[in-house]
Amino acid sequence: MSDATKQDVPLRRKGLSRTQKRRLSRGIQYAVFVAALIVFAASADWDRLQNQFAQADIAEQMFPDVITLALKNTVLYTVSGFAVGLALGMVIALMRLSSVGPYRWLAGIYIEIFRGLPALLIFIFIGVAVPLAFPGTEIIGGTYGKVALALGLVAAAYMAETIRAGIQAVPKGQLEAARSLGFSPARAMISIIIPQAFRIILPPLTNELVLLFKDSSLVLFLGVTLEERELSKYGRDLASTTANSTPILVAGLCYLLVTIPLGFVVRRMEAKAQEAVK
Amino acid sequence: MSRPEIEVRGLHKSFGDNEVLRGIDLEIGQGEVVCVIGPSGSGKSTLLRCVNLLEEPTRGQVFVGGVELTDPDVDIDAARRRIGMVFQQFNLFPHLTVTENLALPQRRVLGRGKAEAARVAAENLERVGLSEKATAYPSSLSGGQQQRVAIARALAMGPRAMLFDEPTSALDPELVGDVLAVMRMLANEGMTMMVVTHEMTFAREVADRVVFMDGGLIVEDGTPAQVIGAPRHERTRHFLSRLLDPAMAEVEEETSDQVGGGT
Repeated sequence: MSDATKQDVPLRRKGLSRTQKRRLSRGIQYAVFVAALIVFAASADWDRLQNQFAQADIAEQMFPDVITLALKNTVLYTVSGFAVGLALGMVIALMRLSSVGPYRWLAGIYIEIFRGLPALLIFIFIGVAVPLAFPGTEIIGGTYGKVALALGLVAAAYMAETIRAGIQAVPKGQLEAARSLGFSPARAMISIIIPQAFRIILPPLTNELVLLFKDSSLVLFLGVTLEERELSKYGRDLASTTANSTPILVAGLCYLLVTIPLGFVVRRMEAKAQEAVK
Repeated sequence: MSRPEIEVRGLHKSFGDNEVLRGIDLEIGQGEVVCVIGPSGSGKSTLLRCVNLLEEPTRGQVFVGGVELTDPDVDIDAARRRIGMVFQQFNLFPHLTVTENLALPQRRVLGRGKAEAARVAAENLERVGLSEKATAYPSSLSGGQQQRVAIARALAMGPRAMLFDEPTSALDPELVGDVLAVMRMLANEGMTMMVVTHEMTFAREVADRVVFMDGGLIVEDGTPAQVIGAPRHERTRHFLSRLLDPAMAEVEEETSDQVGGGT
């Protein structure tokens, strides 16, 4: 019911109108928020905080290594983990959609296990259990290979479910049209269905990239050399040598440097996809 | 006439307990245009989809160009290349341009080179009068244009027969004419066509034969003049009177076997 019709009704309520009420309630919400902010700001010890977290000279000393080494490694770990996860996730998604029962079960078991385990445990498993179980074998690429594998194993479980949903979201008529033109089931999947599915799942996949970006910090549980440190490890190491937490703050800002633009891209893509549906 | 281009023998199709086709025998000669008409749920679309095995027949045989498609050892993908199919919902590939829609199947399925596929695509777009839309995406086309592209896409594969599954049913009335014009052109060129349709004018003027189906069986099969002009069966007469003059229909009891199943 709109305001206009409400006013025409003879039984007008006494007191505040609906607009006035709405304004009042919003005013109260703002006031509470501002008050909480003031209490927080007043009670924090800013001098000590600044001392501990915002030392300009320490921050300065971090450059350019924090970018050229730490951020670079973080990106490298993330991208390689994402690549492994995407490839593996695709295979698992297709197994999950397969008409062959055992494939479906295997894929289901994989997804349930790796979705349910903390990424940290998987890193430890790759770092400790694999060398124990297969002595003498080296995972290709050293630390980079191990990280790609660990991150990939975690990501694959989530991505498989996303990819499966994307494939199922492609209208059935697309497969029928492809089959009627003589495409084999595999060819139809590769040429017609998967390209359309990826358009649908690009936003959730990018979200997964953001999650992986943060999870790459778990590398420190594998034990890395100085050259292999990524943002979190680098920040922590420097924080302990300088006995100051500024490096943590700088490392944190470096994460945001990547994740915020990525988040922006995701929202743009979602808006675009929304438009395409209309 | 030599061997029939499309031959259906003793075809049965069930979806679970629902028997949609109950023994269909049909022959379509080379260059013949056959319109299949009938009430919704009569099994006409299912019959069409069985001809290129989009639906697996429960029982019976389907031959196209002398090859038995229902033979489990036949290469169904190779067989389907020679049978074009046009859907009610067009089913163009939305992520590809009009030209790519025509070229990709040729390249991936027939193994044609890029240049040849592009040439064949351009030729067929011209046939359906849509050369200027070559670089457009399907979403920017009207329904009628999309359906003409879909016909061109099927033609680009060089089919020996074309199946049309209610090709104009999803179109706004003013767009139906363009699609029917393309189909009429194909018929005049001698294409073997099997058309499931509600367009009685098209059936009357273009079809060589009209087949009336009801309840999963062929009730009447003859020239348009016989089936539409002077139907012998009460069910055909009833259906035609409702179709040709819907305003005159009277309210009737629904019988359970008519409900459901729109395929």
